[in-house]
Amino acid sequence: MVTLTKDRMMILKDQDVVPFRNRVKEYAVRIGMGLVNQTKLITAASELVRNMLRYAQQGEVFIEVVTQGRENGVRLTFVDKGPGIPDIELAMKDGYSTHRSMGLGLPGTKRLVNEFEIRSKVGEGTVITILKWKNG
Amino acid sequence: MKSNLLKSLQKKKKQILELWIQNQLTDPNLREDLMSNTELRVQSDELVDVFLKNLNDTNLTEPDSPDFEPVFEILAGISISRARQGFSPRETGIFVFSLKEALLEILRQELPDDPLQLYNESMKISRLIDSFGINTFETFIKGREEVILRQTDEIAEISTPVIRVWDGILALPIIGTLDSSRTQVVMENLLQEIVETASGIAILDISGVPAVDSLVAQHLIKTVSATRLMGAECIISGIRPEIAQTVVHLGIDLSGIVTKATLASALKYAFSLQQMEVKRIRQERKYID
Ligand SMILES: Nc1ncnc2c1ncn2[C@@H]1O[C@H](COP(=O)(O)OP(=O)(O)OP(=O)(O)O)[C@@H](O)[C@H]1O
Ligand SMILES: [Mg+2]
Repeated sequence: MVTLTKDRMMILKDQDVVPFRNRVKEYAVRIGMGLVNQTKLITAASELVRNMLRYAQQGEVFIEVVTQGRENGVRLTFVDKGPGIPDIELAMKDGYSTHRSMGLGLPGTKRLVNEFEIRSKVGEGTVITILKWKNG
Repeated sequence: MKSNLLKSLQKKKKQILELWIQNQLTDPNLREDLMSNTELRVQSDELVDVFLKNLNDTNLTEPDSPDFEPVFEILAGISISRARQGFSPRETGIFVFSLKEALLEILRQELPDDPLQLYNESMKISRLIDSFGINTFETFIKGREEVILRQTDEIAEISTPVIRVWDGILALPIIGTLDSSRTQVVMENLLQEIVETASGIAILDISGVPAVDSLVAQHLIKTVSATRLMGAECIISGIRPEIAQTVVHLGIDLSGIVTKATLASALKYAFSLQQMEVKRIRQERKYID
């Protein structure tokens, strides 16, 4: 897989969510991603960035356009230095939430994208990478 | 600064003022269209007066000294009024920084034979005026931020209108992102209107919402529950195909809510709930034609 462009954005407050989503959308449109996949990607990005703000207060996102063979895609990497997730398997379960919320953010995001990778260490932070292919 | 030097600065107030005003008047960017020369003179006079009055040996090196409160107050007033009048921050900055030039010029005249002292005193004055300059920028930006905050509130207000589409039927088009504060406004407006109009049906149209993530969905569900608690039925319309697919993948369960693809079909459903029907009056049309 080759990275064609790389961009980054700091996420510090709720007001950063909309500009961030718009930036992701721009890249998705640029590679010609269809409306359904665009919406799935933006919604996934929205979930992860909201988790970032809610559980780690702030963080940073890397936005990449990647290519493999004839297929282009958008890869997003969410990096935070928050409390970390003690039991990832549990956090990935539908309905699990420490916040009395719906607990759909992580498992739902995984269903919306083509590739999903999560690494987390308690006390250090969480890194989540998602990838959506143009025709994925 | 030696007190006598300070005193002579204070004594030369008029000269400093003249020099400063001259500096401002010769500036090619002077905005005579925005402010008359008399006004400029009044502002400058007030600032020089208060500044020199409050200046002493100790606070000269302490820009944060409370002695300068009155100076900051005047500066704040000036920069806010200038921001409103349409001055750019640069023009307001020049106003403050050109005072420095006037002060340094007078210092030079006062200390013709002592370059070392001239340098030292110039540095002090320079730092002080710089900090005044920074202060005006901060005030200027604060003024702008207040405008932005007010506009944000206004947008939230105007972008959540509650429309009486029919007797007993309200429609609420939502445009943009439905965050927590926005939901609060939407819900309040809607519930209020339900009471005032004794409506039995509310249609939330989300055609203008770019993405429905779990947070937005949760807010929608809350609004629907609140509406039901008031004894009214709530329909969500404007669910675009891509939103429908995303919501399903995300795993959000909207099965307990009546949802429609378009506002038109929601309205039709609302009519049927009220045992009403919209019919084309074919017979009479033919007659009129
Ligand atoms: N970046 C993060 N840092 C620390 N903990 C996290 C992070 N992201 C998620 N979690 C933990 O994982 C749990 C599940 O997250 P998920 O997004 O699936 O659900 P939620 O945020 O609780 O609810 P929802 O997203 O549906 O509103 C969270 O409750 C939280 O405890
Ligand atoms: Mg979440």
